Amino acid sequence: MSEADARVLRGGSRVGTRSVWGRWGLRGVALFYLAALLIVPVGMIFYEAFKDGLGPPIEAITSPDGLHAFWLTLVCVGIAVPLNTVFGVITAIVLVRHRFRGKAVVNSLIDLPFAISPVVIGLALILIYGQDGWVGGTLEEWGIQVIFSTPGMVLATIFVSLPFVVREVMPVLQEIGTDQEQAAETLGASRWQTFWRVTLPAIRWGVAYGVVLATARALGEFGAVSVVSGKISGQTETLPLFVENEYTNFNLAGAYAAAILLAILALIVLFSMNLLRRNPEVEEGAAVFDPAATNVTEKEA
Amino acid sequence: MAAADTAVAKPPRAGLRVPLGGEALTRGVSLTWLSVIVLIPIAAVVSRSLDEGFAEFWAAISEPEAWAAIKLTVISSLIVVAINAVMGTLIAWVLVRDEFRGKGVVNSLIDLPFALPTIVAGLTLLALYGSDSPIGVEAAYTKVAVVLALLFVTLPFVVRAVQPVLMEIDEEMEEAAASLGAPNHRIFRSIILPNLTPAVIAGCALAFARAIGEFGSLVLLTGNIPFDTQVASVYIFGRIESDNVTGAAAVSVLLLAISVAILFALNLFGRWRSRHERG
Amino acid sequence: MDKPKGIEVSNVTKRFGSFVALDDVSIDVPAGGLTALLGPSGSGKSTLLRVIAGLEQPDEGTVVISGEDTTAVRVQDRNVGFVFQHYAAFKHMTVFDNVAFGLRIRGEGNGKIRERVGQLIELVHLQGFEKRFPNQLSGGQRQRMALARALAVEPKVLLLDEPFGALDAKVRQELRTWLRRLHDEVHVTTIFVTHDQEEAMEVAEQIVVMNDGRIEQSGGPRDLYEDPASEFVMSFVGPAHRLGDAWVRPHDVEIRHRPNGQTVEALIDRVVHLGFEVRVELTLADGEKFSVQLTREQVDELELGDGQIVFVRPRAARTFSVDGDRPREPEVV
Repeated sequence: MSEADARVLRGGSRVGTRSVWGRWGLRGVALFYLAALLIVPVGMIFYEAFKDGLGPPIEAITSPDGLHAFWLTLVCVGIAVPLNTVFGVITAIVLVRHRFRGKAVVNSLIDLPFAISPVVIGLALILIYGQDGWVGGTLEEWGIQVIFSTPGMVLATIFVSLPFVVREVMPVLQEIGTDQEQAAETLGASRWQTFWRVTLPAIRWGVAYGVVLATARALGEFGAVSVVSGKISGQTETLPLFVENEYTNFNLAGAYAAAILLAILALIVLFSMNLLRRNPEVEEGAAVFDPAATNVTEKEA
Repeated sequence: MAAADTAVAKPPRAGLRVPLGGEALTRGVSLTWLSVIVLIPIAAVVSRSLDEGFAEFWAAISEPEAWAAIKLTVISSLIVVAINAVMGTLIAWVLVRDEFRGKGVVNSLIDLPFALPTIVAGLTLLALYGSDSPIGVEAAYTKVAVVLALLFVTLPFVVRAVQPVLMEIDEEMEEAAASLGAPNHRIFRSIILPNLTPAVIAGCALAFARAIGEFGSLVLLTGNIPFDTQVASVYIFGRIESDNVTGAAAVSVLLLAISVAILFALNLFGRWRSRHERG
Repeated sequence: MDKPKGIEVSNVTKRFGSFVALDDVSIDVPAGGLTALLGPSGSGKSTLLRVIAGLEQPDEGTVVISGEDTTAVRVQDRNVGFVFQHYAAFKHMTVFDNVAFGLRIRGEGNGKIRERVGQLIELVHLQGFEKRFPNQLSGGQRQRMALARALAVEPKVLLLDEPFGALDAKVRQELRTWLRRLHDEVHVTTIFVTHDQEEAMEVAEQIVVMNDGRIEQSGGPRDLYEDPASEFVMSFVGPAHRLGDAWVRPHDVEIRHRPNGQTVEALIDRVVHLGFEVRVELTLADGEKFSVQLTREQVDELELGDGQIVFVRPRAARTFSVDGDRPREPEVV
């Protein structure tokens, strides 16, 4: 092997690292901060949930309201994520491969869900689909109720989870370039065949990662769904709303039980993220959305 | 071939045409989706806030309770961003340069605030720092609670922004500086930090935008006491519930404007940097 | 008067995990000299350079620079100038600030800094570029800046790690000549690492050939070429072919049309005209490929062409004993 490889394997010379003591000090501070802010609090709810045994939390979560909340959560996520995946891939292709004016505007629109308070999202939906909303009145005449009902909650979930697949797929598309697609076309593949057999497989890990992030976001959405749902127990509560409701009604067992469930789902998400990140095609930075990555206007494929 | 054609070599036409009947159609589908889901609802908020005129808009924002909420939100977010700038960089440093067992787990945990529902985040902090706090730190229902919750949800931003840059830093630059006699702290100050600053700024901007809009983690933890621990998003929620939609819309537009301004500035900063790429 | 000492490396061993990068290596670099560490990838040459610089700590052995044992001294305190293959430019600083860095660390006054940096920028022909950033410079310019930066603090030793490896062939050539001239002017003990034997032969006064973490041979360019101590050195430092169990240089071989008892039969595959020289590619009776270097005149005289059967006779061949030790006396015929 080359000497440089051997150095890397051993961990580099890293002249800029501090003395051993300094390193321990930094590490200690970092770990303490993370423990105090993150690890111990999360550990606490597991403790609180199970401190009286497995019974109470299971009972609480399998109550009719609990089960309904779980079901509603699945419905919202189950509709929002696939839709955002399909439209996300399309939008990514449009942004990376097509030329048109106004890309900056489109980019900003996609980033908007990152920048808006969830409560504002809820307000926006009410203003459109509510009784006195832009289309709400008309919809009600047709018997479709959006606000205080499931459709509204689904819309809110779609809004908040919109950017993730797009943002994960875009850098991958840029990375792979058009060579493979052009090669396929010279070999006679139709546009659809090229997309299905060449493009999609090439971006699949980006899509997967985006789906994981979108799902996490959709599962955990609270504010927007809160505003839009009216929080009617047993009818318009998702799991996060259920947590709040139980807590404010002093059903701590129920609150913690649902919280645990959501926390476990979150840990599964983390685990999936970790697995997928091993893949070199997955853009880690895109999760925090790197503004430089959205400068597609300059970097046309 | 005409001189004009050869003068400027055009890049190859890079159109993966999505097979749904043409580029225009796919573009249309995409834009329609974005408009219906995002653009139009936001337009509705802006429009509604101005429905009763600019004077009403202004009155709604400067209403004492609203203003108190806005102030609390902005100041807390600034404090949180400042803390994140330091702690986020420190944590990124430890994750990139240090080696210890369990580092991979710790690295994954950084994303927990992304994955955990905000309401659960609030609940976890309440469990540790609430009124029955097992460690005797009772920060709930105080302004400290606001900062605490915001620190939780904004944790990943600076860390994840700095990590890749730190990993990419040319180790040889540090070695060169050392060979020229620079002690370690000087290497950090003169070589590493300047290269990290853009990433820290980006992370801070994102964290700030996130912090001013935060809702779920604050509802349970802060007690939402008006003029004391009520943040802007909670105030907006209150106005919606009490049917003061103009008030809600006005403050919403204010928050929106701040976020958009920050992200716009960040975008400009990103473009400026890639143009003057100090590659 | 005592001659100023250069660098003495004694019995240095360096391991990276289970990989032994340097195995009991000892060399002497004369003060003020220009030495090349030559070897293939993985031979340990870069590691040796870095050990001398203090960027790596040896597991065993000592490094003595100018009479002082620096084995335990930090790189910051060794006062060595180091130039990296990929420049390691401080990309967030201007050319001026890059070159001034070492001086600023030492707390020199602004006036002195401006003067010294000015001198160096002139020395490396980068006048007018002071306010530019590294990414606005070409590769060759960046490397010249890196050299100026290293020389700014008047190091005792100048170490260059494959300094021209990342550059185009033409720029490489220019900088080689330029380095030689620079050394003539500045006279600082200089060691550079390269895998390019032509570069080593052209620039260095002393060449240390390394392989697999060990020193194969050390000497001047001519010594290594004409008196190689092992198969490895012979085939690395210049073109060489096996003929039976001897080694021959392509230009030390004669081609005849008739055997004379000392010749070996061969079939001409191809006669390649490379301008003044001609390379005749042959296959020997045992299937081995061989090539001989002749002048145009010789080829014309012999009327050589593809497909002919000819007879080759080495004028000078070397054999090395099996463990690569002292070679037997070369057969000069």
